[in-house]
Amino acid sequence: MQRRQLLLYGAAGAGVLGLTLFVGWWRVDGPGAPEPKGQRPLPLSAMEFRLTDHEENEVGPGNLIGRPTMVFFGFTYCPDVCPTTLSDISGWLEELGDEASEMNVVFITVDPERDTVEAMAEYVGYFHPVIRGWTGPEDQIARAAEGFRASFERVPTEGGGYTMNHTAGVFLFDAEGELVTMIDYHEPREFAVPKIRRALTEDVEGAT
Amino acid sequence: MVKKLRYTNALAVLLTVAGLSAPALAGSEDVVVENAWSRASIGVNRPGAAYMTVRNTGEDAVTLTGLATPLAMMPEIHESKTNSDGVSSMAPAGEITIEPGQSVALEPGGLHAMLMKLQEPMTEGENFPLTLTFSDGGKVTVEVPILGIAARGPKG
Ligand SMILES: [Cu+2]
Repeated sequence: MQRRQLLLYGAAGAGVLGLTLFVGWWRVDGPGAPEPKGQRPLPLSAMEFRLTDHEENEVGPGNLIGRPTMVFFGFTYCPDVCPTTLSDISGWLEELGDEASEMNVVFITVDPERDTVEAMAEYVGYFHPVIRGWTGPEDQIARAAEGFRASFERVPTEGGGYTMNHTAGVFLFDAEGELVTMIDYHEPREFAVPKIRRALTEDVEGAT
Repeated sequence: MVKKLRYTNALAVLLTVAGLSAPALAGSEDVVVENAWSRASIGVNRPGAAYMTVRNTGEDAVTLTGLATPLAMMPEIHESKTNSDGVSSMAPAGEITIEPGQSVALEPGGLHAMLMKLQEPMTEGENFPLTLTFSDGGKVTVEVPILGIAARGPKG
């Protein structure tokens, strides 16, 4: 009787262990695994927001459909991550050469209070000429971020100022406005440029 | 910041005068700073950032406690981090201990010398002095070249 009970416990234990392993797998590697960047961004065609580019044109997600697109969120008062990402992007664009002009490359500010159209114009002027700077009312920036499943948050600093926490990855879309992939912050150029080429080729395949 | 520096100096002098510490410095005289660079700023409202490698060539651990420069009223060592959701943030890094023979890299996207409250614009082609202060009272001053806004490293 006792032995039987032991076996029973043993079997139950093995069952629990198996279940635990299964749940662990489901969560970590299986279908239950979280998307690396939270949720997947919407296709550009499903997004809705209205902003102004650094040359005072009214722009929205519709302007990005028809050509492959790279989008990055940031702010011009950011001393480290944003200029680094923008100079990385500029480097990728240089490497792409003529192909770079076949893309939309957009830097959307998460700090519209300080990043006016003029501030954006001056700032993007220091980077690759293909890069556009978009700003606008806070509610429209929030709608844009929601569409990309990006997040941002205002954080006060010691000196009485503030800084912004924000999603730092680069979003890469094909010409139809479907997400191809993300380029993680600080991804080496050997990985980033082929990813961009893939978005450019998907465009060619779609057109033929 | 400035107050703290003065205090550290006073303490070092006091210790030396009292003969409490035979060598005035313990470690920081063996610190070497390499590949310092920074990016130009637009005006003075935006904070600047500087990067470098701090190498401890000595036999004692050294602790980097602070920064000083005439260029900025609030220089501070910061660290940028990106979490698992891909969200990046930045915060003061506190004191940084460098073990003997080791080095610490201040580089884009990680540790950086954050230059808050700029006193003048950072102009491409110019230099500025940046003083690193250590817990033993020692100081190391480096001339930091200012590169373009879109610079990617010490070579531009
Ligand atoms: Cu910082």
